[in-house]
Amino acid sequence: MSVDVAAGGLLRVVPSAVYAGRSRVLVERATHAYRHTWLALVSGFFEPLFYLVALGAGLRGLVGTVTGPGGTPLSYPAFLAPALLASSAMNGAVFDSTVNVFFRLKYNKLYEAILATSLGPLDVALGEITWALLRGGLYSAGFLVVMAGLGLTASPWAVAILPAALVIALGFAAVGMAVTTFVRGFQDLDIVQFALLPMFLFSGSFYGLDVYPRWLQFVVECLPLQHGIALLRALNVGAISPGLLGHLAYFAVMAVGGLALTTVRLERLLLR
Amino acid sequence: MVAPEQEPAAAAPVLIAARGLTKRFGDLVAVAGIDFEVRRGEAFGFLGPNGAGKSSTMRMIGCVAPATSGELRILGLDPQRYGPRIRARLGVVPQQDTLDLELTVRENLYIYGRYFGLPREGLRAKVDELLRFAQLSDRANAKVEPLSGGMKRRLTIARSLVNDPEILLLDEPTTGLDPQARHVLWDRLYRLKQSGVTLVLTTHYMDEAEQLCDRLVVMDGGRIVAEGAPAALIAEHSTREVAELRFEPGGSAGAVERLAGVLSGAGERVEVLPDRVLLYVEDGEGAVVSALDAGLRPLSTLVRRSTLEDVFLRLTGRSLVD
Ligand SMILES: Nc1ncnc2c1ncn2[C@@H]1O[C@H](COP(=O)(O)OP(=O)(O)OP(=O)(O)O)[C@@H](O)[C@H]1O
Ligand SMILES: [Mg+2]
Repeated sequence: MSVDVAAGGLLRVVPSAVYAGRSRVLVERATHAYRHTWLALVSGFFEPLFYLVALGAGLRGLVGTVTGPGGTPLSYPAFLAPALLASSAMNGAVFDSTVNVFFRLKYNKLYEAILATSLGPLDVALGEITWALLRGGLYSAGFLVVMAGLGLTASPWAVAILPAALVIALGFAAVGMAVTTFVRGFQDLDIVQFALLPMFLFSGSFYGLDVYPRWLQFVVECLPLQHGIALLRALNVGAISPGLLGHLAYFAVMAVGGLALTTVRLERLLLR
Repeated sequence: MVAPEQEPAAAAPVLIAARGLTKRFGDLVAVAGIDFEVRRGEAFGFLGPNGAGKSSTMRMIGCVAPATSGELRILGLDPQRYGPRIRARLGVVPQQDTLDLELTVRENLYIYGRYFGLPREGLRAKVDELLRFAQLSDRANAKVEPLSGGMKRRLTIARSLVNDPEILLLDEPTTGLDPQARHVLWDRLYRLKQSGVTLVLTTHYMDEAEQLCDRLVVMDGGRIVAEGAPAALIAEHSTREVAELRFEPGGSAGAVERLAGVLSGAGERVEVLPDRVLLYVEDGEGAVVSALDAGLRPLSTLVRRSTLEDVFLRLTGRSLVD
């Protein structure tokens, strides 16, 4: 709901032709739409858990203890879990904002119908992203509870993982939706999915970046998911440093840039 | 013959005013600088062949497409600046249905009302009323996808009424409806008009235009080629009667020469279609007799009054049913 709190402030700076300040009705719509496909909702919760159980249990014996952020010694599952949470926040947000949004944009004509009412393109963008966040937030919260239950949280700071995961999801959802406005067909969406997998594999989900040669480290450090993983991992062990603000800033830029581009693009696509 | 413009309508305030309204898509000029005014309580129609620019005009009025140039005022406001505020007071039936396929019939109406910011309480009763209006109460909890084309159309029309609009924009509202549903809709539209709602519609059905419209414009190639009340347009652009001579397909060839002597009065003329010859005359029966005397042997003949169909044919050179 963090997005709607900002609604009042936004209303003052954004022209009323773009924003009516009622993006929450899109969330209301989504709760109706997902009543009919609740299975899709539930499956998103289990995916990261399967990874955690399969990889955590499988590799625990092989790997033993690893060194986490700030030199904290960690069990392998405790090292892995925040990374899985970050990737699932990313995957959920990207899936919602690309595949689902594309369907609504091109086939359901949803946004065309909405823009004939008194709502504007920024309501649409904010509403859809808020929904992606709420959904992702529920998954993250569930995963965090499981982490705590399995004793994988390593400091009281671990509760901050939930809001941090929402920030990660916000960045990805905003950029994902902006990308979707350029998508011509479902083939283009395959490219998006194709880009996510190597990012997941290379962003240090399974091991620290120091195993890479320097140039590859540099490339990976530019990727958004790496920032998400580093952020959540540090919060889990309570290794708080000013550097964390850098990670947050990365996602803030994604969120604001993505939202602005989405609004402009929706206007150009639908109000012409 | 010329019906005087209705007194109250003429005195009523102008709700939609366009001057030099133009819409371009790249090099293509869809609407080429048109002027028109619609007054409160009127039913105003746009007629014209495919591609004439009707939908483009409707989308500009609906504030979902910016005008390329020219001036447009809706409810006294500039759509460029006050789009959402204007749209809050419009009901829109687009040419293509834009129903929400992820929701049920009832949810489609309910959520659409929520888009307008209508409070939940009053909305539920409104939705039930609209379900009855669309004759879809028994399908209320069904998904939209499996509905028939006509049912979807009725749902779209019901949806456009959820916010009690002052102006209702209907782009080919009855296309896809069966005759009975069309008559029901005409009746509903007529009652809406009685209750003060301003109707703006496009149609390919001349009977619909004659039934519903106080005033209409005929568009062709992005321009307005005629404007007036239906009866006035007929009086101005057609004759009192039409004699239709029907032939086998292709059998009408050579009819024009033979009919040269049949026409007498001013404004009388012949229109030759592949399977029909239309004689626009003052005295239809007389014209049929003369045509038979001239040696024409049609399969059948019919004398009728001129309709908007004839006006349309005259002005655009195209019949409506291609
Ligand atoms: N979004 C668009 N992009 C490009 N060209 C368009 C667009 N919309 C309409 N046109 C063009 O503008 C012209 C007018 O189209 P419009 O849809 O307004 O016609 P119409 O009178 O509604 O026709 P119909 O009776 O077939 O619905 C057509 O040549 C059409 O191809
Ligand atoms: Mg059209």
